[in-house]
Amino acid sequence: MRPLTSVALPAARRRREASLSLGITTGYLSVIVLVPLAALVLRSTEDGAAAFLDAVTDPQAVAALKLTFLVSLAVVLVNAVAGTAIAWVLVRDSFRGKSVVNALIDLPFALPTIVAGLTLLALYGPRSPIGVNVAYTTAALVLALLFVTLPFVVRTVQPVLLELDRDMEEAAQSLGATSLQTFRRVVFPNLFPAILSGTALGFARSLGEFGSVVLISGNQPFRTEVASVYIFGQIESDNVTGAAAVSVVLLAASLAVLLGIGAVRRWATRHDG
Amino acid sequence: MARYALRLAALGYLGALLVVPVGLVVHRAFADGVDAFVAAVTTPEALHALWLTVLIALIAVPANTVFGIFCALAIVRRRFPGHGLVNSVVDLPLALSPVVVGLALVLVYGRNGWWGGWLIDSGFQVIYALPGMVLATIFVSLPFVVREVVPVLREIGDEQEEASATLGASSWQTFWRVTLPAIRWGVAYGVVLTTARALGEFGAVSVVSGRIAGRTETMTLHVEERFQSFDVTGAYAASVVLSLLAVATLLAMTLLRREEA
Repeated sequence: MRPLTSVALPAARRRREASLSLGITTGYLSVIVLVPLAALVLRSTEDGAAAFLDAVTDPQAVAALKLTFLVSLAVVLVNAVAGTAIAWVLVRDSFRGKSVVNALIDLPFALPTIVAGLTLLALYGPRSPIGVNVAYTTAALVLALLFVTLPFVVRTVQPVLLELDRDMEEAAQSLGATSLQTFRRVVFPNLFPAILSGTALGFARSLGEFGSVVLISGNQPFRTEVASVYIFGQIESDNVTGAAAVSVVLLAASLAVLLGIGAVRRWATRHDG
Repeated sequence: MARYALRLAALGYLGALLVVPVGLVVHRAFADGVDAFVAAVTTPEALHALWLTVLIALIAVPANTVFGIFCALAIVRRRFPGHGLVNSVVDLPLALSPVVVGLALVLVYGRNGWWGGWLIDSGFQVIYALPGMVLATIFVSLPFVVREVVPVLREIGDEQEEASATLGASSWQTFWRVTLPAIRWGVAYGVVLTTARALGEFGAVSVVSGRIAGRTETMTLHVEERFQSFDVTGAYAASVVLSLLAVATLLAMTLLRREEA
């Protein structure tokens, strides 16, 4: 029930103000986001459905999309484990300099992607001071994507772990559960929705990543060329239909991931209550 | 024992992935001495790139801040048809490839785009010029203020706003005196994230800018161009400048988190 006080404002003025903020919001979103994306979708099918299918089934495009999905999947699996472990250390462990480490987690977010690629190339490229050279291989791609997606799982799991009631774990242990059993049966089920949504965000980010992979992956078609690099190449060589068609595939994947995350969040809140 | 092993593994992972590579680039940027570093970051192209990057951020960040506050208010305080759609569209830039963003903008504002031909004939060039780079930057950095302000607005509720309205304040007064002070840390945190994203954007700007050195080259594009021209010192030096901005961002985030808590 709305409080009586809201009647104090004349209804007409309230409506006018509501429509102003709504108008600004939808107008801005349309001009910046929706109209360009509509243009992209329409352009991809402008030459007919057959041309669209030709463009997305082009062998080089298929290879790029396949590589993108496989590498992203591998990266988020590593992230799920490493991210949860890092969040655990940041919440449950205590050591000197922990707050610095905590701040460092956001470095991949704050650092421009092209700089991320360049720094990884410096340590793991041809002039590596430690003699590890993975430049222009799939391993380099994985490394770059691990770098840029690091914060996602850590930052979604960390708050849940902070809120988690320690009593349950103590109860499990006093009933004779080992620490591994306690983690698997008590802690993990509570963290799972957070791990899942962090992983999904990282997956979406990996699918579209460009800046960090462009220097270190070598961009060889059929070997280390990911979808975003393929699209960039097609734009450069004026194959707009090809670029737009593969873009629409990435757009659809991003939308699917976002809707999936929404579903996970709704499911998690229902289980909370 | 297990605790130390886990700590060591986590810190080792962060060290190998983040700390050592960034440290190495800083080391290499100064390998030829401080003079070489200063010379590399004060070439006319580098200075222009830095200026352009700052200029774009100065337009994109305020625009997204104002929009972000309005949009968060609309999402939290209003019920309207298409509410769910607005809520999801706001997140889209987080999940979308920057190259796709660039291409979408070219298809609207480029010479053969929906409005591009007409705009160019009216003497207003968007693609391969500053307006396109600003649009691309606004697109990719759009969600951050919204996402930081929405939970704060939910938490504070609307009792104080209602009270202020009852006491005769106009909605403008209520916004400035009640709502904005209550959400200020959320807005500040969102502004820091937006700025970081705006300064660091590469893919979308790369597509829409044409990458003309000394004209449409931002700092990140300058890093790539220097690297491709085999000027490693130049690329590392510009990277160090961007890394310093990133460290400033981390400091601001840490301070704001402390302030919020």
